[in-house]
Amino acid sequence: MRMLKFLLQKELKQIFRDPGIIRVLFIMPMVQLLILPLAADYEIKNINLGVVDQDHTEYSRILTNKIIASGYFKLKDYSPTFNQGLKAIELDKTDLIVEIPPHFERDLVKDNQATLFIAVNAINGVKAGLGGAYVQQIIQGYNQNVRMKWIQAPRYSPQPTIDVTYSDWYNPHMNYKVFMVPGILVMLVTMIGSSFAANNIVREKELGTIEQINVSPIKKWQFILGKLIPFWMLALSVLTLGLIIARVVYGIIPLGSYFTIYIFASIYLLAVLGLGLLLSTYAQTQQQSMLVSFFVTMIFNLLSGLYTPIESMPTWAQWITKFNPVSYFIEVMRMVMLKGSGLTDIRFHIVAILGFALFFNGWAVLNYRKRTG
Amino acid sequence: MKQFLIFVKKEWLHIWRDRRTLFILIWMPIVQIILYGFALTNEVKNSNIAIFDQSQDQASTDISKEIAASRYFNLVKNVHSYQDVGATFRQGKIRLAIIFPVNFRYDLLHSNHAQIQLIADASDPNTANTLTNYAGSIINDYQQSLTNNEQLPYTIKTQVRMLYNPELKGAYSFVPGVMALVLMLVCTMMTSIAIVKEKEMGTMEVILVSPLKPFRIIIAKAVPYLFVSLLNITSILLLSVYVLDVPIVGSLWLLMAESTLFTITSLSLGILISNSAKTQQTAMFIAMMSLFLPTLLFSGFMFPIENMPVPMQVISNVVPSKWFYIIIKDIMIKGLGFTAVWKETLILVGMTMTLLGISIYNFKIRLA
Repeated sequence: MRMLKFLLQKELKQIFRDPGIIRVLFIMPMVQLLILPLAADYEIKNINLGVVDQDHTEYSRILTNKIIASGYFKLKDYSPTFNQGLKAIELDKTDLIVEIPPHFERDLVKDNQATLFIAVNAINGVKAGLGGAYVQQIIQGYNQNVRMKWIQAPRYSPQPTIDVTYSDWYNPHMNYKVFMVPGILVMLVTMIGSSFAANNIVREKELGTIEQINVSPIKKWQFILGKLIPFWMLALSVLTLGLIIARVVYGIIPLGSYFTIYIFASIYLLAVLGLGLLLSTYAQTQQQSMLVSFFVTMIFNLLSGLYTPIESMPTWAQWITKFNPVSYFIEVMRMVMLKGSGLTDIRFHIVAILGFALFFNGWAVLNYRKRTG
Repeated sequence: MKQFLIFVKKEWLHIWRDRRTLFILIWMPIVQIILYGFALTNEVKNSNIAIFDQSQDQASTDISKEIAASRYFNLVKNVHSYQDVGATFRQGKIRLAIIFPVNFRYDLLHSNHAQIQLIADASDPNTANTLTNYAGSIINDYQQSLTNNEQLPYTIKTQVRMLYNPELKGAYSFVPGVMALVLMLVCTMMTSIAIVKEKEMGTMEVILVSPLKPFRIIIAKAVPYLFVSLLNITSILLLSVYVLDVPIVGSLWLLMAESTLFTITSLSLGILISNSAKTQQTAMFIAMMSLFLPTLLFSGFMFPIENMPVPMQVISNVVPSKWFYIIIKDIMIKGLGFTAVWKETLILVGMTMTLLGISIYNFKIRLA
């Protein structure tokens, strides 16, 4: 035990000796936590609209105004021909063109039927789908108005209607930050934990100091613990700072308890650090270990469900997320902070993450040899 | 010139000798493109839902069936009380609950008016929005079917054309984005330790006493990595076309040239980091921490830039991958030529010059 204490002292001294480290460890993540959630807003709004009006009648004008008044669209381009409208899409000035053909009003009134053409920049499929749907809804409404105007009867037939009422639980104001901040915090803590740990043993290998440790009477598990605990403490402090920022700056007060978050985070960090140490025992140079740990963290982060929904992924990718500690933590953070889930609600997550922790650390201890080469 | 080439050769040998690292550098982008290209999509489908049906009549069962059959929803639970709805949400099992009141069908047919309540887990606002939209339109269709779709007078028809991506595949926006992300990160990380490693290992002195100018030393360090990057670009483009089915509509050569330019920008950024860091650890950490999230967020493929507050939009302008993303989208997907992307190209050239300029200016020919 005393041996472990000395080891810890040594590691902590080493970490804090480099002022650059403190900067990257604390200041950079916090700055990111302050800036990035402002940018991560995926709500589909402000669709840039182009109108090609070849009819120039009262009808076409009312329709255009109606689309703009809906609040989803901003008129950015008004071209006389479709080809010119298309240019605006090519230049990314507009996302969607509504083309009102010549004789639109005449066809509608005389022939009882007229056609509108809509062209959508569909590179982003989701945006295109929703934008197209919004426009069609507005046109439907407009169509309804036209009918009311021409058919004087009160209403043609009383038709059965279903009223759909919507409730948005856990985030009634649909605030995207509430969703992103806990996720970004998880990501930052993970990146710090895993890559620092990954780098650590390798650094000793590359600088040659590991030989001294190898010839000293330190047991393998002591060595691994000595490497693990300082980073564990650092990562938990980063988490704490992040939670304070979430509360003070973004006003996100967890519905569940901080205790639950910390219990989970403590085990989670053991798992992530264990993974880092494991990589570190395999790598020969810092470059290798950083690259691989970076590679692994990046995959973990992007396939964690923070940015894109897990259930939309193909089945094999969903299986990967089952072996991805980050996806568990993201889910737990959101559950506890936003929905008020307690320890019993997240028991499966805890068991899973405990499994990861034992697995990675066990492997790291087994794989660490007291010989170099 | 000869000295320069010898120096490039030396750097190349360094990389070549460490096969393991080289292997990682070449495989990393390949694995990532495949993983993200297939797995990342903003589409919402197969979302888990629960239904609380207090009416259990013909109409509510019909609607439930319609909803469960849709590819957007996956009915995991029939709940029997409001408390149960809350508990299921808290366990993270569902994203949407659909609640039918008692006497649903009776109300619908006799008073022409019935209610359905949709409760969404709005902790994820976008998914919540999309799901309520989908469910709403299924309910709407059902309602339409009750009136037998009579042909109404004064009908406006709409014809919608989806440009560039008629099947609305997620890969069309994600593959170019992932290309920008992966190239940026891999290239920057490659060079981020190039100079600092020599400092840490103590081999810097040897280089400094050589008659080579700082400018040449820096370029020579980047050249071998440029070769590795070209290999990466080629493999990424091959994968996009043959594995992920994202076509290259525009000119392949233009695309290659632009990718090479972007790679050089990233390598220069790596060199700048390497130049200013004291240890390899700090260098790679800066490269990773300061690039991963900003590149991801500000490229514009994950989160639309026009949604951001104005200061963020201004910040996004200094992120090289934003410009590169526009360039690849224009060339690869829209099939446009150089006239459409010359401005973005010029910006990347400018960034590269600035980054290299600062590195050379700051390159210390004396050790502290």
